Amino acid sequence: MAEKPTLREDQQLLDLEPLGQIGSEASASGGQLTRRTFLSGLGAAGLVASAGPLSAAAAPMGQAEGAAGAHTVLTVNGEQHDLGMLDTRVTLLDALRERLYLTGTKKGCDHGQCGACTVHVDGRRVNSCLTLAVMVSGKEITTIEGLGVPGRLHPMQAAFVEHDGYQCGYCTSGQIMSAVALLKEPVGPSDHDVKEGMAGNICRCGAYPNIVAAFQQVRNHSTMNG
Amino acid sequence: MQSFSYEKAQSVEQATGTTGKFIAGGTTLVDLMKLGVETPTQLVDVTALPLAQVETLPNGGLRIGAMVRNSDLAHHPAVGKDYAVLSEALLSGASPQLRNMATTGGNLLQRTRCPYFRDPSYSNCNKRNPGSGCAAIGGHNRMMAILGTSDACIATHPSDMCVALTALEATIQVEGPKGKRSIAIADFYKLPGTTPNVENALEPGELITYVDLPAPRKASKQVYLKLRDRASYEFALASAAVVAEVSGGHVRAVQIALGGVGTRPWRAHEAEAALTGKPATAAHFRAAAEDALKGAKPSSENGFKVELAKRCIVRAMTMASA
Repeated sequence: MAEKPTLREDQQLLDLEPLGQIGSEASASGGQLTRRTFLSGLGAAGLVASAGPLSAAAAPMGQAEGAAGAHTVLTVNGEQHDLGMLDTRVTLLDALRERLYLTGTKKGCDHGQCGACTVHVDGRRVNSCLTLAVMVSGKEITTIEGLGVPGRLHPMQAAFVEHDGYQCGYCTSGQIMSAVALLKEPVGPSDHDVKEGMAGNICRCGAYPNIVAAFQQVRNHSTMNG
Repeated sequence: MQSFSYEKAQSVEQATGTTGKFIAGGTTLVDLMKLGVETPTQLVDVTALPLAQVETLPNGGLRIGAMVRNSDLAHHPAVGKDYAVLSEALLSGASPQLRNMATTGGNLLQRTRCPYFRDPSYSNCNKRNPGSGCAAIGGHNRMMAILGTSDACIATHPSDMCVALTALEATIQVEGPKGKRSIAIADFYKLPGTTPNVENALEPGELITYVDLPAPRKASKQVYLKLRDRASYEFALASAAVVAEVSGGHVRAVQIALGGVGTRPWRAHEAEAALTGKPATAAHFRAAAEDALKGAKPSSENGFKVELAKRCIVRAMTMASA
């Protein structure tokens, strides 16, 4: 098999950084700990505490022994990431979360039934859990991290905050990615039309009325301005 | 998931020259690979093939490329105008995200949602494991088929699109190692019989390239009515695709196909015969619906589907003749 340890080393370096400063997130929060960087660091600490699982945890990230791989380059939020020879079984969802640490995209059902993993591929919303990463090599992928940042939210993100379009928040990034895509799709004006357009995103907390309100506000605002 | 090699086919010849399994949208295949139901060792990505157009045929019909995504097809102006039943069926299926991924060719090959088929911990599934028996017969069978079943399999065909294509009498164009051929959709899907593992007429290596629709019938009214447990994002308990020509209060011609109740997209020839030339009245619709379900064989939990399918036909015909 071809050599592929560099990715695992990268992975370990990042993981083992105590309370790791992971990229833009740490800088965006002015070096302060965010919940996510704290939890990432905690995860690494957990790995250190039990030396055994270290290699086991790293193995599925690259290419398992004897497994087929394919050269995969993902363009996510405008940035190119060469993932080298990636195990062909890796879904876009797992590549985003486990390789690129873009954990805003959530894993819910992992079978295309809940919509928590919704991202845009070439501007269209898809379920990243049913998308093989290798199949979207070279395409433009947008995740929730590419929509807006704290202090400069995408209008849909701001509307979700304003209307309480969530409770636990787990489905929210998928809801927002779906809602942003829906703005450009053929959809009727009524709340019923919006519900049908958002049917692929399940919210266990039942924030649906607020999600619909958030969507309607953004759409009507854009219409007034445009 | 079992490991598999991956290649992207650049031409139809290259794709059909391989022994691998074709993948396009992946919405069925990747799901079933995660469940261990599908275990391909070689995937051939056919999404780059030049089969993503919708074009008008010289005979006035429509040629739909196998790689046209469900959402694009549903919103295509020609489909909305002349084949509304297809547009409605597509938009009633799955979710917007899945419709953005799923292709025309892939949807034709969608697999059943039978929970026993989808769970390899049940060894007895004749579709997955020929000769092993059927866990659904005598098991949880509320969602199962009532038409076209056999002692070997009662799994429902899940597609909405294919029900509309059946009513529209589509033709499926395929290309394989032995060349090109056309298959009428009526001949494409196999009844389960004693071999429910054989679901369609495709030969090894054959790739669906296009779906052709006949020229639109003038003055036809088209309806896709889908009845289900949830208002959206749910498979049909019963559905009906109707293409009807109604004038002067009479049904001049009609094609009806049913979904959610058959082991394949179900053409209701008996209902069509009972309606043709008859007054478009509720009584005639009901009589035709009775004929359509005459051969129904419900299981222990899905007897309700017989009446539901009848009412579905009556309501769809009422809508089509309004």
